[in-house]
Amino acid sequence: MESLLYLVLAGLMTGAIYALVAIGFTLLWQTSQTINFAQGEFAMLPAFFMLVALNLKLPLWLAILLGVGVSILLLGLAFKRLLVDPMLRHGVLPLAIATMALAIFLKESVKEFYSAEAQRFPSLFPEQKVDVGGAMISIQSIGVFLVAIAAVVALQLFLSRTRTGRSMQAVAQNPTVARILGVPVERMILLTFAINAALVALASALVTPIYLAKFSNGEVLGMAAFVAAIVGGFNQIRGAIAGGFLLGIVDNIAAAYVSTQYRAAIPLLILIVVIMVRPQGLLGRAEERTV
Amino acid sequence: MNTKFLTGVLAAAVLSLGVAAASAQNPPIKLENVAELSGPGATVGTNWKNGIDLAIAEINAKGGILGRKVEVNHADSQSNPGVARSLFQKAIDANPYALLGPGYSGSVKVTASLAEAAGLAQVMGGEAAELTMAGHKNLVRTSFGQQSSMPKIAKYIAEEVKAQAVAVVWVNNDFGKGGRDMITKELAARNVKIVADLSTEAGQADFAADVVKIKNAKADVAFIYLNEEESARILKELHGQNVKIPLIGETTLLGQKVIELAGVAANGVKGHVGLTTDAPVPAVQEFRKRFQAKYNYVPDHNGIKGYLSVYMIKAATEKMGKVDAKALPAALHNITITPDKEPGILMEVTVDEKGDLDRMSFLGEVVDGKQVIKQVLPKLK
Amino acid sequence: MTLQRLAVPGAILAGIIALALAPYGLKNYGISILGLWAVTTIAAIGLNLTLGYAGQVSLAQGAFVGIGAYATAILMAKGVPFGATLLLSGLLCFAIGWLLGYPALRVQHHYLAFVTLAFATLAFLVFRNEQWLTGGIYGISGIRRPVILGWNTAPERAYFHFCLIMLVLVSGFVWWIVRSPWGRAFLALRENPVRAASLGVDTRRYTLMAFAIGAGIGGVAGALYAPLVTYIDPVPFALSFSLNLLLMVIVGGGGYFFGPFVGAMIAVLLPEWLRFAQGLYLVAYAAAVMVLLVFWPSGIMGILDRLLRPADPNQGAAR
Repeated sequence: MESLLYLVLAGLMTGAIYALVAIGFTLLWQTSQTINFAQGEFAMLPAFFMLVALNLKLPLWLAILLGVGVSILLLGLAFKRLLVDPMLRHGVLPLAIATMALAIFLKESVKEFYSAEAQRFPSLFPEQKVDVGGAMISIQSIGVFLVAIAAVVALQLFLSRTRTGRSMQAVAQNPTVARILGVPVERMILLTFAINAALVALASALVTPIYLAKFSNGEVLGMAAFVAAIVGGFNQIRGAIAGGFLLGIVDNIAAAYVSTQYRAAIPLLILIVVIMVRPQGLLGRAEERTV
Repeated sequence: MNTKFLTGVLAAAVLSLGVAAASAQNPPIKLENVAELSGPGATVGTNWKNGIDLAIAEINAKGGILGRKVEVNHADSQSNPGVARSLFQKAIDANPYALLGPGYSGSVKVTASLAEAAGLAQVMGGEAAELTMAGHKNLVRTSFGQQSSMPKIAKYIAEEVKAQAVAVVWVNNDFGKGGRDMITKELAARNVKIVADLSTEAGQADFAADVVKIKNAKADVAFIYLNEEESARILKELHGQNVKIPLIGETTLLGQKVIELAGVAANGVKGHVGLTTDAPVPAVQEFRKRFQAKYNYVPDHNGIKGYLSVYMIKAATEKMGKVDAKALPAALHNITITPDKEPGILMEVTVDEKGDLDRMSFLGEVVDGKQVIKQVLPKLK
Repeated sequence: MTLQRLAVPGAILAGIIALALAPYGLKNYGISILGLWAVTTIAAIGLNLTLGYAGQVSLAQGAFVGIGAYATAILMAKGVPFGATLLLSGLLCFAIGWLLGYPALRVQHHYLAFVTLAFATLAFLVFRNEQWLTGGIYGISGIRRPVILGWNTAPERAYFHFCLIMLVLVSGFVWWIVRSPWGRAFLALRENPVRAASLGVDTRRYTLMAFAIGAGIGGVAGALYAPLVTYIDPVPFALSFSLNLLLMVIVGGGGYFFGPFVGAMIAVLLPEWLRFAQGLYLVAYAAAVMVLLVFWPSGIMGILDRLLRPADPNQGAAR
């Protein structure tokens, strides 16, 4: 039992990170029909911005702040203006494919211009362990979990309690009606991209001390976010959160009790079953658009 | 100051004249390298390539091989055997002196017959046991094959640690699976039981499930055969969960990089140390400094392998006393290269008739964040 | 299109002859690259049928190539003649494609992309883990090139010629499909599924058909790939291969008959062309793809189409 608890707790920590990355994924889909295949690379890259700042002997908090700022500029605004805007009129598919190219571009650039080796990344939290009901959990994991949850709660509050947030939701649900109601749709969409960039940068700062900074990190994270978003519900933020946690836990349970060689297969099988049985995702709404 | 500067310029001018004159008579020796520069093997191939470039720069600065400069052309196999095969064909078409790479054993398998048909030496980085068992006359390793390193570890686990039940944790790729199969066989031969056989994924971040399985299997020893990053992560997790059994590894697990990444969690780790920049040999330490100065990171064993590949070719060529591509494969077999004659070889090495290596290795332990060598395992012959 | 119809038969014939003669001027490397190009093109043609003509995103074409390659390697080792394995590989992938597309297309169109993405990764895991069948990570080596009706295809040049013949046959097959009532139904599907449905096209069946045929052609490409390289292991058939095939089709020009030929040529020859960029060639390729997609989303064939068409009426002035 003790080990099951430990597996679930450890899975929740990993799941919180998946959720952060998956939320941004669903945000982009909702507001601008962008299936971002570079989402994993988006979560890999900010750590390297932060490393550059750290190499300039800046303190960690400032490096993280700068990393988030640069991410918002490059992965938020520049991504939107330079790639999404000109591509969007061509349809969902060409844009999705352009993000695949972007993923290769980001990954290979980091490898060539920074390093092919994994880099150590300082942690915001100490590594000591504490006893949680018989399972030893590190303070680092708890910190990661709490920060991720705080970010999600803050985002939810922003979306439901502020005028801007509600406008964003209106845009996500029906841009045409939102425009008629006088919502500045374009600004709201841009804001979504900025929020996505901030979320992935935060995820990057949280996860890299554990994962280590490496150009290939995006492959695992991107796949996890993708699966989490679809399983949870592609068109709902709470779906992405639930999907992230579910995936983190399933990863561990599958490896412990089903098969180590097929540990990566279980989440994918769940994905296929969900699409067959409940295509809108566990917590999603059925989409009205049929085509 | 001025005179010094002038002398420098003069010396450089004379040197370059001399070099120009030399190269006019002697065309450069051309090497062709095919390695995993992108795809899942990118870290392996990049280290290998950098090692080669460093060795060539050093050799050329000292006048080349038999007075001839060395040149290399790098090609990217994209970690794909099909592409590696095509590029190897291209490399052979370019009529080189010798072929370098690849690093993935699968890619070595598809290219070895091409090199053999062309009669060219192939100095490669693959570690799978079977590579040198197929009887290719042209294939030479740059490190121990897994059939040389795993028996040493199995012997250590069975005879020194006296373990009865072992948990094996391995990364499920070309490298990890080969090691896992070999250690499984060697442990079985010594009547040691494998109580947990844990496959992990490259890039895996969460090792909670693996640690639970090690704990529940009641193993006396865990043998960990992963890449650097994953080694560090599992050590941290094992440490956090108070797993006290001996943790044993091969080369990477005791490496400086893992120690740096895992911190205190690496303390107490034991194992066999083959080719590593941590080897307590001054020449290796010097190499590490030069590599770090040029590329700004500490190389893994693939970096040393790439470096050695060029020096092995140099030593064999100088032993022949001529640059003869067709005779090179034979010259690279049944040869002992010693650092006093060829400092670039770093440690004395003997290549046998199959292309397998024999070299001194070590049993070590991590104590207070440092690798400490407990025992030197001499060359077998 | 008018220009194409005018010049196409002659140009195609000239192209085939040029390709058939190409190996005589090339060393082994050149020939093996041509072989790789031919096989990759076949895989891309299959995907182009699914994507370019029927508008369905498949992220598993690389996995189908893998299934075809493994089926052929395994069956050949059991003594099944190559002709039969080629056919079986195609049929197997067709059947798997059908089964995979069925549930996905029951719901919504972009779900096929998600299901195929998961399938591609699952297929890789099966190739890697089922060692008794696939040789696991060690793969299957020593795959022999076949003797076809007394013609030994073991030499590089002969095997390339065989691949070229297959490429011509597959192209002809797809050419026929696209112009058949089926093909017109595919196009109707892509352009306006609702309208197609209202005109009585059974959209789901046709979409499924396009996807399954595309998968089957992928299987044929795999069957040719195994003897080309003579060794297969799981790594080349990972998800990234499927994504690359998708990029090839789009870069070449999705929905253009010759798009896959051009896209595959760029992907296979690219490392060669960008040799000066050294390690940066993938960065350069990715950047070029993004620029291409932003300005000319219809790919290179789209650019050619636009360049050639206005030049048609007044050729002299354009020159």
